Amino acid sequence: MRRMTWNGSLVLTAVAVVALCSLSFGQATKAEEDQRLGMESHIGKLTGHAAAAQGTYRRYCVGCHGPLGDGEGENAQWIDPKPRNFTLGIFKCRSTTTGTLPLDSDIYASLGRGLDSSNMPSWNPLSAQERADLVAYVKHFSARFVTEKPGAPIEVPPKPEVTADRLKTGQAVYQKVECWKCHGPTGSGNGPSAATLTDDQNRPIAPYNFHDGTRFKCGTSDEDLYKIFMTGLDGTPMPSWSDNIKPDEAWDLVFYLRSLQPMKSKEKEIARQIGLKPGAPSAAPAPSPQQ
Amino acid sequence: MKAFCKVAGMTSMLLLLAFGLLYSTRTVSAAADGKITGTVKLDGAAPHMKGIDMSKDPFCVKQHENSPAHLENVMVGPGGGLQNVVLYISEGLSAAEATATPSQEPVFDQKNCMYTPHVLAMDVNQKFKVTTNDQTTHNIHPLPNALAGNIPWNKSQPPGAPPIEMSWKTEEVAIPVKCNIHPWMHGYFVVVKGPYAITDDKGSYTITGVPPGNYTVTAWQEEYGTQTAKVTVAAGKAGAADFTFKAK
Repeated sequence: MRRMTWNGSLVLTAVAVVALCSLSFGQATKAEEDQRLGMESHIGKLTGHAAAAQGTYRRYCVGCHGPLGDGEGENAQWIDPKPRNFTLGIFKCRSTTTGTLPLDSDIYASLGRGLDSSNMPSWNPLSAQERADLVAYVKHFSARFVTEKPGAPIEVPPKPEVTADRLKTGQAVYQKVECWKCHGPTGSGNGPSAATLTDDQNRPIAPYNFHDGTRFKCGTSDEDLYKIFMTGLDGTPMPSWSDNIKPDEAWDLVFYLRSLQPMKSKEKEIARQIGLKPGAPSAAPAPSPQQ
Repeated sequence: MKAFCKVAGMTSMLLLLAFGLLYSTRTVSAAADGKITGTVKLDGAAPHMKGIDMSKDPFCVKQHENSPAHLENVMVGPGGGLQNVVLYISEGLSAAEATATPSQEPVFDQKNCMYTPHVLAMDVNQKFKVTTNDQTTHNIHPLPNALAGNIPWNKSQPPGAPPIEMSWKTEEVAIPVKCNIHPWMHGYFVVVKGPYAITDDKGSYTITGVPPGNYTVTAWQEEYGTQTAKVTVAAGKAGAADFTFKAK
């Protein structure tokens, strides 16, 4: 009798082990993620350690991003846009090409800056070391940070001087590659394709409105704006343009976009001086066909 | 004399035939040029494919002035043949056969605001090209399952953009592809291992380059899912597998 029970429990354990192993394939589990608690981050001279951030994450981040880092925190159901699912390794704000992992410094910057017009606050009140540890903790949620290297950061050439000619070229780029399809002819986020935009999880999403005075989610500087459209915003409809816009023209586009924003700027002043008017889209939308 | 000539002639012919057969079977078994052929049909009434309202983009409307566009989820020919079904070998390939990557680069084209072909099949690590022939900006946005190995990307394709060359690193049946600017544009990348084929507008397919052996062939259709069949390919004898999907 005793022998049979021992064999039985061995079999049960074996089955349990196999079941648990198969459960964790492709899905986030605490056990699977804990294997990566040795993850590190490197930002300048700082080195962050995932294990050191467990308490900080539980105190400040778990409410939205969830204990498994999958964006399913208890607050998530009431907020829009939804919190990031770190298990995918897909990030909007990157210096790297579309479809690749961000740099540690990209995550560090997003964490510190926060994402304007979303529920992600600025975490600059935390110390630099705490934030570096949190970057490592964010990375530990996705196995991709173990198996993949971050993408190569795109080269941002030095910013040229703003001139009227550059503004005009920038506007020509906006017309030619048809940014207005989503962002609208005046950059108000009301283009013909804007109403049906959805993100990678099929949730409705709005294109940026250059007139409403909000900061870009992925930064405030001209260099940030350059990187936003050249690398694209992964997880959203915004594609990368580095294959189709030359670096010099990209700066012209940055200047043109700045002239659309309500804040006072050199670009806005020059645009006003030369009487730059928003271009019309190639044709008015056609009426719906009779079905 | 006549009889002798007759016998000699027949014997030499038989000998020639025998040697010919011997030689030919040797060549066939050495090369992996076996085939699997068949037809995929839909049993039942084909669902109505809705017309597409392209009024968001006057260029797209103009391209379809004389031939209105319809959704392409289920394309059935007059004989009940199902188009755009991907056939691939899911069991029976050796490791070498499964990882062989063809050098051809299949092309996924954006034309008249639709994807051509609607479904593109390719092997793991096989390079493919995305092209645009439209005078309107598209973005090409495949949405694989990031947790299973292939990573989503999103690239712009304005008019005149050069082809985009990419590949996928893991099997995935299938990766949905969309254009965010033109929300009706839907297609699929089907990433498999080993030889594959797609049915034509009559529902017919031929998988080539299959070494003799016993295999399981899987047929995948975007609405109706998958079906499998066991197939044997022998030297000089093609394997055959027909499939019938039931209309919903």
